Amino acid sequence: MQAIFTVANKEFHDGLRNRWVVAISLIFALLATGLAYFGAAASGQAGFTTLSSTLVSLASLAVFIIPLIALMLAYDAVVGEDENGTLLLLMTYPLSRWQLIVGKMLGHWLIMAFSTICGFGLSAIIIAVFSDTTSWSELLGPYSFFIICAILLGWIFIAIAYVISACVSEKSKAAGIALIVWFIFVLMFDLSLLGLLVSTEGNVNAQLFPYLLLLNPTDIFRLLIIGFFADQQLSGFMSIAQYAHFSTPLLFASLVIWFITPVLLAISLFNKRKL
Amino acid sequence: MSIVELSNVEKHYQNVHALKQLNLSLNQGEILGLFGHNGAGKTTTIKLILGLIKPSAGQVQVFGEDPAGDNAYHLRRQLGFLQENVSFYQQLTGLEVVSYFAKLKGCDKKQCGELLEQVGLSHAAKRRVKTYSKGMRQRLGLAQALLGEPKLLLLDEPTVGLDPIATQDFYQSIAQLKAQGSTVILCSHMLAGVEKYIDRALILGQGKLLAEGSLKQLRQQTDLPVSLHIYGSNITLPKQLQDKATTQDDGIHLQVSPQQKMATLRQIMMLSEVDNIDLHMPSLDDIYMHYMTDFQQKEHR
Repeated sequence: MQAIFTVANKEFHDGLRNRWVVAISLIFALLATGLAYFGAAASGQAGFTTLSSTLVSLASLAVFIIPLIALMLAYDAVVGEDENGTLLLLMTYPLSRWQLIVGKMLGHWLIMAFSTICGFGLSAIIIAVFSDTTSWSELLGPYSFFIICAILLGWIFIAIAYVISACVSEKSKAAGIALIVWFIFVLMFDLSLLGLLVSTEGNVNAQLFPYLLLLNPTDIFRLLIIGFFADQQLSGFMSIAQYAHFSTPLLFASLVIWFITPVLLAISLFNKRKL
Repeated sequence: MSIVELSNVEKHYQNVHALKQLNLSLNQGEILGLFGHNGAGKTTTIKLILGLIKPSAGQVQVFGEDPAGDNAYHLRRQLGFLQENVSFYQQLTGLEVVSYFAKLKGCDKKQCGELLEQVGLSHAAKRRVKTYSKGMRQRLGLAQALLGEPKLLLLDEPTVGLDPIATQDFYQSIAQLKAQGSTVILCSHMLAGVEKYIDRALILGQGKLLAEGSLKQLRQQTDLPVSLHIYGSNITLPKQLQDKATTQDDGIHLQVSPQQKMATLRQIMMLSEVDNIDLHMPSLDDIYMHYMTDFQQKEHR
């Protein structure tokens, strides 16, 4: 156990040192505050809009940026150490393989959680202080929920990055695959579902079709946030979920499954990795 | 008890037969030199001893236990390893790198400073590894390998990138460790520097053991000639030496067997035309070359 914390601690401090934590926090804070203030710009007014519309639009932006950050943060976690020669060295220390990879993941999860809390937390404070329409008490619940979901989404993609990193032998390959994974989950997946809908002229099983959304963690995340605010309509692409009536616990559980699966996969792939 | 024991060890990779029937027994306090061409199986042997890979056949035992087994955990505290080309963590300082590894090994933090001092890095301890030269990285690696006073030290190309003085220092610290009772396995291409410090040499070729023994034993086994270079003009050698000699611009080159060395020298000393003599005993380099060419000829046949 001690070994895991030693590795996690080093990884977290690397994150601080490389300015990852500061960069991620800043991006999140700017994104959230900017959206809260200018969210209504399209309807011709600047100023803080309602909390629910802020968070829902933030969610649809976050699904682009969070996976990207998480993948960039961790794609070289294993393969980078291998190229440095430190992986081989570490394996000669009193440290088992699963301890090393779990320690490293833990460090990256902490970086993600810490920056998400700092970034979105800062924006929450700004909104609470400067907005007339939103009070502290109103803010606390929804914002906490949003932050928890955002952290989980980040953790999922960190775990996916570890899966990639554990099974390739070159850093550049890991980077390429990470980019493809991001492209698939964030852009391709929704487009293909949409394409399927259009090409069949909507002639799909309305009961079954929404469940396809559960195959993509970014869609689950969006549904979770939208579902949390009852006053927000499922609009656009997300509206295909309205037939299924996913409950929040179900969505959250699917997100947790999406988290656990790549973690286990990464550990087992790393155990089989040749040194 | 032998520290390292390899019995009939075989290692196959997908298409490569990396080790063939290797036997090795290493006693406490011995320094073993492991030599061979690229791909001869040196690194494979080291990885087997470290427990990083398992043998395809045969048995590996370190301190009487399987290094890749479930009990290997506490075994690794007594191991020190320095591999080829380790660049460490560029963003960390030298001291931070050693501290990290010390923590993982469960060593006292005080050791880090002392070890950096010992390898001559204390002036750069607070600098980032990124700014280190290759030799400095190598020293950092050595400091790391010496953490926790290891009973068994495995060093793969430890003197690459070190200047002659640093190399000298390095071999001195190895001799010190030996005096403290540590066992050392040393892999190197630089045979010339190593021969004084090793107790025993092991020469591998294509995964096979080509030769094993102390330098003296190997010299006997190979029976390589002693070379004499005799400077002077108009030298007439005694009859029995003439067929072993080749005349060169500045003198005569003579090769005799080690047993005849003293007798030959006496005869040459008698000659008044001789200005100077260079004597060259078969070095580890020569022995290595001998086994390698021998081996290659057999392979071609």
